[in-house]
Amino acid sequence: MQMPPPNETTLSQRADIAAGLGAIVGEAHVMADDASLKAFESDGLSAYRQTPMLVVLPGDTQEVSRVLAYCAKHDVKVVPRGAGTGLSGGALPLADGVTLGLGRFNRIFEIDYANRSAVVQPGVANLAISQAMDSAGFYYAPDPSSQIACSIGGNVAENSGGVHSLKYGLTTNNLLGVEMVLMDGEVIRVGGKQFDSDGYDFLGLITGSEGMLGVITEVTVRILPKPPNARALLMGFASNDDAGRCVAGIIAAGIIPAGLELMDRPAIHAVEEFCHAGYPLDAEAILICELDGPEVEVEELARRVGDIAATCGATSSRVSEDEAERQRFWLGRKSAFPAAGRIAPDYYVMDGTIPRGRLSEVLNRISELSEEYDLKVANVFHAGDGNLHPLILFDANIPGELERTEKMGGEILKLCVAVGGVLTGEHGVGVEKRDLMGEMFSETDLKQQQRVKCAFDAGQLLNPGKVFPTLHRCAELGRMHVHGGEMPFPDLPRF
Amino acid sequence: MAQTLKPGTVDELVQAVEWAVSGTHPLELVGGGSKRALGRPVQAEMTLDLSAFSGITEYQPEELQLTAGAATPLAEIEAALSDKNQMLAFEPADYSALLGSKAEATLGGVLACNLSGPRRIKAGAARDHLLGFHAVSGRAEDFKAGGKVVKNVTGYDLCKLLTGSWGTLAAMHEVSLKVLPAPELTRTVLIMGLDDARAVAAMGEALASAHDVSAAAHLPAALAARSAVPYVNEAGTAVTALRVEGIGPSVEARCRDLRNMFAPLGDGEELHRMYSRQFWQEIRDAAPFAGDARALWRISLPPAEGAKLVAALGQSLIAEAYYDWAGGLVWLALAAGEDASADSVHAAVAAHGGHATLLRAPADVRAAVAVFMPQAPAVAALTKRLKESFDPAGVLNSGRMYPGV
Ligand SMILES: Cc1cc2nc3c(=O)[nH]c(=O)nc-3n(C[C@H](O)[C@H](O)[C@H](O)COP(=O)(O)OP(=O)(O)OC[C@H]3O[C@@H](n4cnc5c(N)ncnc54)[C@H](O)[C@@H]3O)c2cc1C
Repeated sequence: MQMPPPNETTLSQRADIAAGLGAIVGEAHVMADDASLKAFESDGLSAYRQTPMLVVLPGDTQEVSRVLAYCAKHDVKVVPRGAGTGLSGGALPLADGVTLGLGRFNRIFEIDYANRSAVVQPGVANLAISQAMDSAGFYYAPDPSSQIACSIGGNVAENSGGVHSLKYGLTTNNLLGVEMVLMDGEVIRVGGKQFDSDGYDFLGLITGSEGMLGVITEVTVRILPKPPNARALLMGFASNDDAGRCVAGIIAAGIIPAGLELMDRPAIHAVEEFCHAGYPLDAEAILICELDGPEVEVEELARRVGDIAATCGATSSRVSEDEAERQRFWLGRKSAFPAAGRIAPDYYVMDGTIPRGRLSEVLNRISELSEEYDLKVANVFHAGDGNLHPLILFDANIPGELERTEKMGGEILKLCVAVGGVLTGEHGVGVEKRDLMGEMFSETDLKQQQRVKCAFDAGQLLNPGKVFPTLHRCAELGRMHVHGGEMPFPDLPRF
Repeated sequence: MAQTLKPGTVDELVQAVEWAVSGTHPLELVGGGSKRALGRPVQAEMTLDLSAFSGITEYQPEELQLTAGAATPLAEIEAALSDKNQMLAFEPADYSALLGSKAEATLGGVLACNLSGPRRIKAGAARDHLLGFHAVSGRAEDFKAGGKVVKNVTGYDLCKLLTGSWGTLAAMHEVSLKVLPAPELTRTVLIMGLDDARAVAAMGEALASAHDVSAAAHLPAALAARSAVPYVNEAGTAVTALRVEGIGPSVEARCRDLRNMFAPLGDGEELHRMYSRQFWQEIRDAAPFAGDARALWRISLPPAEGAKLVAALGQSLIAEAYYDWAGGLVWLALAAGEDASADSVHAAVAAHGGHATLLRAPADVRAAVAVFMPQAPAVAALTKRLKESFDPAGVLNSGRMYPGV
């Protein structure tokens, strides 16, 4: 992975920069020693590592503003960082960059039940938001599996999803407003507690922008009343194909479950060994389908889903009888990543999205790839919305195996694009999928996206080297190359 | 009236913009033309008629996805969806009657203006349903963003940016949308006789309950009387409405629970199929104000502030208002005058939070006052830079949103 070459001038000024930042945030909140810096060298994608030049931990918006203004003035690159659980290297440090950690932004400012919203700092963990309002019967819907640890600011930057996104949407559908600081230090607020705002949708644009447009310093989220009942169905199938048809059947019947997850045989066996969730070991694939809402609705839908599963040849089907059983059904799914970690020294999480209908075709091709590359794969799949997480199992200590894994991962993602899907459903492009962007986008498409980046950060100092395979200077991108000038298609009618 | 360019292919669309750019000939983008009276009046040399980009190119009900030309009439889309028991969940509004237009609303127009109806509170806005698009920018470049699947974080979310950009960034010619199953049953619980403040509180309680209300609106007595729906116009008092959708037994149970919940507040009533649909169409399209020529503000604000804002404005202005989005959307009609009382409205909105859009007013008024809320300087500067990044020569609908934008 090629990163922009470090700026030697910046590196030579490291001590001055540390002092300059220390004057803003207090010396205690600037880290410059190797041992401290080491803790920041990677995010959740640990295959990529880089020690940052410095780490700075500002304490409030004003400090963020001054840090960014200082860095802009001295031409220093900045990498924002939340909890560092990202899986695409979005928070991967730069050798000549300052990693700006939001760890001290850990307060929940306000829970406004009358407006069904909450105002929090970006460093607050996703789950902590729901916990803070649990006793009042409310929650924040997007629930990434990393929700104990990942920060809401990171969720906004990645537009994270969770197993309940099928019904309740991704981060972007559950946000009302943010405060953020641009690279020049300017503080802007977009949105608020209202549903919609006029003007360009900066809120939507910032969500999923991977820390490249600004540093988010406050987040207003929408909160929802907790559904009164929830039940999960655990269904086993003799083939991926049957499970895939069941998914299509549920959607075709007009049912949007709260969650609809698929796991294939290797994944089932890995998690059974890990946590004994009670999954059927004879199944080629299982589906977990969660239904929530009023009692009558949950009961009726559970019956309908059970019927659909039967017509698709389900080999087993069970509705959770109580909350403990529902939790147990989910336990396996939620442990999929650590379970993979147990059966192999290393695992690599992929994150493509495909049209639901292409599921079994894609899974078949993945198992062919698995043989070609001689690497085992376990598949977990947000089947309801087509988001596939193949886990490639490997051993980084075997020379060449990481490279082979990455190559195979690239093949899987290209396959996703080829069947009409996309490179990443929720984990982001980061550095990981940067060089694959050309699979989905033309040079023209990418340049327009980069111009958006330039509108926010003309010096390209904020998280550079991520998302875009080629860096272009903003001045060059801004130029227009239009020929013509002839009155177009003069033979066409004009009125 | 300006001359019209009507490209028939994407290449011709590119050529048209090339021509506009090379001589700085500003264009006004038009799909069906039903929304030309929205936004600030555009001083264009030429109309860019996009109506050739019409027709559904791909509809896969089981993928919950539909791709169509941007100028496909909304009616055509809705008919195709309804055939398969599906819908555009954001309930696109049709302001034709409100704006006195006979033209047909198109998909692209609804997206460009991000016009969402009552279900916005549950299902999200138009912007939450655009999955991908192809468009020609003001650089005369055909580009795309997004895709055809719901979960997609590949690159910046330009779909959100283009939705609600009023044609000022690029001319969309093909769009992919998320579609959803239509509810099996819809019913509306009516609560009679609440004043605005109590109605907004009640709607808030309903939304905070587990009854999964898909729309919540309140019509004061005078506006309820204007409705074409029998139970509403016969009420003789204010009407607060809560919509419940889903499968039969669930809808029945939730309606019963809601009626019990609000029984202490006053008489209840229930609208079934046709009347329910008709009622929410009226709310969606601002029908209570379709019959007059007053200036009309569409104000999006924190829901609990709705009634307070109207009360505050009522002290100095003669205005009429109703509420959608559980109080979070206020429709406010007042005499157009020279400035539609923009200063008072803006000041009140600044105090309560949110945004006010001047949705209807004579062209000279829309030219004179801020149709969209004035922005903070840093946001205005960012807006300008973003506009320039797509349309440096300012040839696409320039001035529709803000001067020069
Ligand atoms: C076990 C495991 C399970 C996971 N499950 C899911 C899942 O189910 N769904 C899912 O979507 N993701 C999942 N993830 C990925 C990850 O948790 C999410 O992407 C999460 O949102 C990252 O949050 P973070 O705080 O850790 O961000 P970081 O990793 O610190 O940063 C991520 C990106 O956001 C930027 N950033 C962070 N904070 C800010 C800020 N305040 N302002 C601007 N930019 C900022 C960074 O620059 C970086 O580009 C999982 C990860 C792990 C390790």
